[in-house]
Amino acid sequence: MTTAEESMLRANAIGTPLTRLDGTEKVTGTAPYAVEHPVDSPAHLHPLQAAIALGRATGIDTSAAEAEPGVLAVLTHANAPRLASTGNGELEILQSGEVGYRGQFLGGVIAETPEIARRAADLIRVHYERYEHDVELRADRDDLYKPEQVNPAFDTDTAQGDADGALASAAVTLDATYSTPMEHNNPMEPHATIACWTDGELTLHDSTQGVYWTQAAVAPLFELDQQQVRVISPHVGGGFGSKGIPHPNVVLAAMAARLVPGRPVKFPLTRQQMFSVVGYRTPTIQHVRLGADEQGRLSAITLDVVEQTAKVKEFAEQTAIPTRTMYAAPHRRTSHRLAALDTPVPTWMRAPGECPGMFGPEVAMDEMALACGLDPIEFRVRNEPETDPESGLPFSSRNLVACLREGARRFGWHDRDPRPGTRRHGEWLVGTGVAASTYPVFAMPGSQATIRATPDGRYAVRIGAVDIGTGTWTALTQIAADALEVSVGEVDLEIGSTTLPTASGAGGSSGINSWGSPIVAAARTLRARLDEHGGTVPAEGVEATEGMPDNPHTSQYAMHSFGAQFAEVWVNADTGEVSVPRLLGIFAAGRIINARTGRSQLLGGMTMGLSMALHEESVLDPRFGHVVNHDLAEYHIATNADVGSLEVDWLDEHDPYVNPMGSKGIGELGITGTAAAITNAAYHATGIRVRELPLHPDKFLR
Amino acid sequence: MIPFDYRRATDAEAAVDLVHGHPGATFLGGGTNLVDRMKLGVSEPEMLVDVSRLPYDTVEPLPGGGVRIGSAVPNSDLAAHPLIREQYPVLSQALLAGASGQLRNLATTGGNLLQRTRCVYFQDVTTPCNKREPGSGCSARGGYTRQHAILGASQACVATHPSDMAVALAMLDATVQVQGPDGSRKIPVAELHRLPGDEPERDTVLGQADLITAVDLPELAMATRSTYRKVRDRASYAFALVSVAAALDVADGTVRQARIAFGGLAHKPWRAARAEETLRGAPATEEAFRAAAEAELAEATPLADNAFKVPMSRNTLVSVLRDLA
Ligand SMILES: Cc1cc2nc3c(=O)[nH]c(=O)nc-3n(C[C@H](O)[C@H](O)[C@H](O)COP(=O)(O)OP(=O)(O)OC[C@H]3O[C@@H](n4cnc5c(N)ncnc54)[C@H](O)[C@@H]3O)c2cc1C
Ligand code: SF4
Repeated sequence: MTTAEESMLRANAIGTPLTRLDGTEKVTGTAPYAVEHPVDSPAHLHPLQAAIALGRATGIDTSAAEAEPGVLAVLTHANAPRLASTGNGELEILQSGEVGYRGQFLGGVIAETPEIARRAADLIRVHYERYEHDVELRADRDDLYKPEQVNPAFDTDTAQGDADGALASAAVTLDATYSTPMEHNNPMEPHATIACWTDGELTLHDSTQGVYWTQAAVAPLFELDQQQVRVISPHVGGGFGSKGIPHPNVVLAAMAARLVPGRPVKFPLTRQQMFSVVGYRTPTIQHVRLGADEQGRLSAITLDVVEQTAKVKEFAEQTAIPTRTMYAAPHRRTSHRLAALDTPVPTWMRAPGECPGMFGPEVAMDEMALACGLDPIEFRVRNEPETDPESGLPFSSRNLVACLREGARRFGWHDRDPRPGTRRHGEWLVGTGVAASTYPVFAMPGSQATIRATPDGRYAVRIGAVDIGTGTWTALTQIAADALEVSVGEVDLEIGSTTLPTASGAGGSSGINSWGSPIVAAARTLRARLDEHGGTVPAEGVEATEGMPDNPHTSQYAMHSFGAQFAEVWVNADTGEVSVPRLLGIFAAGRIINARTGRSQLLGGMTMGLSMALHEESVLDPRFGHVVNHDLAEYHIATNADVGSLEVDWLDEHDPYVNPMGSKGIGELGITGTAAAITNAAYHATGIRVRELPLHPDKFLR
Repeated sequence: MIPFDYRRATDAEAAVDLVHGHPGATFLGGGTNLVDRMKLGVSEPEMLVDVSRLPYDTVEPLPGGGVRIGSAVPNSDLAAHPLIREQYPVLSQALLAGASGQLRNLATTGGNLLQRTRCVYFQDVTTPCNKREPGSGCSARGGYTRQHAILGASQACVATHPSDMAVALAMLDATVQVQGPDGSRKIPVAELHRLPGDEPERDTVLGQADLITAVDLPELAMATRSTYRKVRDRASYAFALVSVAAALDVADGTVRQARIAFGGLAHKPWRAARAEETLRGAPATEEAFRAAAEAELAEATPLADNAFKVPMSRNTLVSVLRDLA
């Protein structure tokens, strides 16, 4: 048997800053996104959405809509295709007039132009029977419940030792509650689909993070075999989790297309619609308690999380997960409790669990360091665990301390005066802060890759992976080239379709790990076969298909990426405005496959973290049950002017246990901890400790 | 969005005639606000009369002093115009603090003045709104009011006017040249927009067929050192929580004249007459500035989400005056 070391891929193309292979197409606007695919005589769908949060549509008058010239069909629960029951209350739309959340689809208009469809949808009159709805998350609700597990399959609660006892006898304690608001993913490309039925089979050009995930969710609803649903998605303009699994918009498009067989139906969502039907990050309430001895060694860590889910379908964000891994303490406890509400269904949003879960606890670590009279870096170093605190497993690699130290050196942390509110530049109060980042190494089972060598010296690499803007096209080509020991120019990669070998989706920062491993396996088999042919490619070509090899180390090691983020924050003493002139992130995430797209992923993650820290907040009006700031003028995402100097680098981390590429996944790591670093810096600037995101100016007004 | 007719006017009279004769007609400038509202179903004009190509696209000195700005001048061009940058920097700064580069390239002077509130309930036809549908109720009361008014609001409506440019114009005592069915007239910008009272559907004193043809800026020496300060939730591309347009004439440590207008606080650009009065003859000190701000804000009636606007506008004004003094 080969050792982990021996099975590691020799890096040649890997690690170089190869420019995006799809870059020219993207910047010249020729890379087709979902609804841009050329199709013959498309029809257009505009949805009908519920204007109440809970109740029943007792009558839907579609006569005026049907009378509009150019309208092809009007879809309601009266004529919608019956769906098989798959237990997914989010997707099983239009099976009755029941309304489970405001904005839920009640139907739609299919017309010759999008304008006609929209106009006709406005003409539909719906009569409702209203029931009293319940959309408010509070920690003191008496109906909070314990889900069976949290996303994707973690224990809901964990406990070791006697946390309450340890807290009672600790020399230094902290007891604080932090919160993060509801946030919406808001990828640049809206959720969008072209659906077309031909001969009882369905083709979807869909903006998705997983062509096979979409196929797997849609096929059973329409009682089709998997291969009767073809999903095509060569380019995706961002997803951030909300395109991970299909939402009701894909089902509505498929239903609408059923009414006009043979005609492709286009359905791009408006930005406003995206705020009610494609998911969001649940608000979280995080109760943190820490206990430490006089030397600043933690004896107890507890995190009790309250968050929301929807009555129509459960989603339990795994907010307490990072706390199970970050710091050593003999006595510990984590828990998750949910309120089931009459709201749309929360979903994955960039680093679900880790992103909100590295806010409260990482601010708490800053507060606790101060309470112990320690520098926040030194405090973290003192509580660095030797093995994974809860599982007891050794880490395959863990370089948090090295990231903190390297970051401190580059950021100029050494001469930092810890006293808050003591530095000024004119009317601006200046502070610096630090927080840690972490993300688990995931690899999803089930992917397969096929590689075909042809006598013209080309290697066709085929896998049903997707590129959601992260650089998959480029990075998988680099991996294939190194595994085949050829140049990237000899590799022709094909991804983005269910006509290619089966693959997992882009989620959990697992894409490169899950798709790269079968590519490496297939390349190794192919090279062995080529050797049998004396190293030359026979006229008929040579092909090899391999799946994801088992990794025995997965059960032997705890596998995580780590990082340290540093922020300089200026707060205006008069107006409370918050500005972040400087952010630095140092990461340890195994081998970085492409130095350019990798850097972009981390920069993008930190920018989204900054946006979360300063701006992002979906405001749900409890009277109506919908998000009222549902467009990009009112839902603020960081603009260029909000981003100052943003620096990213990584340590050369060698980890032979994670996979043959030595890669850990970087799509989500960058967003974890940013908001805490900024919040800690804002405290250092002002002496005002904010525990609820976002850091709006009024929170710093005096 | 309903189907609509599109006409391009050749001159002001023709434009006014077209709209006057047609109750469902309205003027179209750059369309950056009106077309958005049409897509949302908030405004449903049957006919658009495009006035963005009328010959009101220049910025020129007026013979008796001052400057005339054509109503079709794009916001970008106005902000960049040397006359404005040198003599009325507050106006240039206010324009550049608004919207985004692309929007400012399309937006016109007339359209900017008459853009409608960004109240989230006004923009959402599924929620009641007295401004959109008189008598239906005000959803903002008891709802999300971070962007809403603390001065001059009524029981019927608590919306704010969103324009930055208008705040600078109100401070400068600019006047609007209007061509209506009965001829032309002049209206001070400070009197153009209304307080909501019990007719929140009426943003301004203009009639349906009143066309803005120009905005005149008076000659104003103290305006060369005027300034605009906008406080918002993000560094760019956000409406004001609070903004201040101000100019200060100080001699020997005493304020001779102060001109102050607030944005983000009311249904109209809020000319701070009380603060100006308090400052006249007062020492140019932080205490006096604070007293002036407090005098102006004494009658503020904040809502659930926007009590912060009181200290925020006070501090912003003090900071602006401190810099100008
Ligand atoms: C995302 C976003 C962010 C923005 N941020 C800001 C901001 O921060 N600050 C700010 O001040 N603004 C902001 N704006 C608003 C922007 O300034 C306005 O949309 C713009 O100024 C309107 O000008 P327009 O020419 O496009 O007007 P239009 O949309 O064409 O018209 C607006 C109104 O004026 C009427 N009208 C137009 N011209 C005339 C005329 N000559 N006579 C009579 N009536 C006329 C129209 O009938 C219409 O009712 C923002 C807009 C958007 C979309
Ligand atoms: S504040 Fe005015 S615009 Fe907003 S909902 Fe109330 S009436 Fe309508």
